[in-house]
Amino acid sequence: MIWSSMHDFWHMGGYGLYVWGSFGVTAALLGLEVGLTRRQHQALLRELHAQQEQQHTEEWQT
Amino acid sequence: MMHWFRFSSPQTFYPLAGKLLPWLAVAAGVFAIWGLWLGLFVAPTDFQQGEGYRIIFVHVPASWMSMVIYLAMAFWSVLGFTLNTRLSGMMCRALAPTGALFAFLSLWTGALWGKPMWGTWWVWDARLTSELLLLFLYLGYIGLTTAIDDPQRGDRAGGVLAMVGAINVPVIYFSVKWWNTLHQGASVSINGSSMAQTMLWAMLLMAVAFWLYAIAIALYRVRTLILDREQHTRWVQEIVQA
Repeated sequence: MIWSSMHDFWHMGGYGLYVWGSFGVTAALLGLEVGLTRRQHQALLRELHAQQEQQHTEEWQT
Repeated sequence: MMHWFRFSSPQTFYPLAGKLLPWLAVAAGVFAIWGLWLGLFVAPTDFQQGEGYRIIFVHVPASWMSMVIYLAMAFWSVLGFTLNTRLSGMMCRALAPTGALFAFLSLWTGALWGKPMWGTWWVWDARLTSELLLLFLYLGYIGLTTAIDDPQRGDRAGGVLAMVGAINVPVIYFSVKWWNTLHQGASVSINGSSMAQTMLWAMLLMAVAFWLYAIAIALYRVRTLILDREQHTRWVQEIVQA
C-alpha cells in the first residue's frame, strides 16, 4: 500500500485541495449529468403520457 | 453491410440504444474503478510533482473526450448533410452537453493542476486558449440549436458549426508542438510513452471509462430526443401508453 495512513491519502502530499478538488468536481458534475438526463427522460414520458390520457378523455367525451 | 442503414430509423435505433445502454454504463463503471484503483492506490509518487500529478487521471481523459466528442459531432453532421437522416442531427445534439462538460472539466482540473505546479490558475497559452475556444464552440452549438425552433433547420445550422469548428481540434492537439506553450508537450503517442507504466495504464483505463460513459449518456439523451421528435408516431404512442 502506497499510503501509510488514511490521512496521507486525503492529504495527497500537500496537494489534497487540488487533487480532490479535481476528482470531486468531476464526480459531482458527471453525477449531476446522469441525474438531469434521467429526469428529462422521465419527465418527457410523463408529459407524453398525460397528453395521451387527455386525448383519450376528449375522444371518449365527443 | 447495407442492413446497417436499418438503424438510421429512429424507430429501430431507440430499442437498440436501450439495449446497449446498461452494458456501456456497467463497463464504464468497471473501467473507472479499475483505473482509480491503479491511479490512487498503486501508481507511485512522482519525482517532480509529488502526489499532485494524480490529477492527470481525470484531466487527460476529460480533455481527450472533449476533443473526440466534437469530432464525433462533426462526423454526425457530415452524415446528416450527405444522407439526410434525422437521427444524425439528434445524435449530434445528444453529444454536445457531454462534450461541453468535459471541456469545462479539462479547464477546471487543468487550473487546479496549474496553480500548484506553474504558480497560476490560467495562462493564455495556445493549448489552454484553444481548449477554452472549444468550450465556447460547444456552448455556441447548444445555444444555436436551442434557439432555432424548427428541428431540421436547427440541426443543419448546428451541423455547420460542428463541421467548421472541428478545425479547432487538431489545433488543440498540435498546439504544444506548433507554439511555445507553458502546457507540457505530448508524453503519449502511438509509438510509446515517457510515463511510468502504472501511471500510463491508470490514465488509459480512465480514458476508456470516460469514453464508455460518454457513449452511454449520449445514447440515453438521444432516446429522449427521439421520443420528443417522433411523439406523433404510432410506435412512440405505444411506448408512452405502456
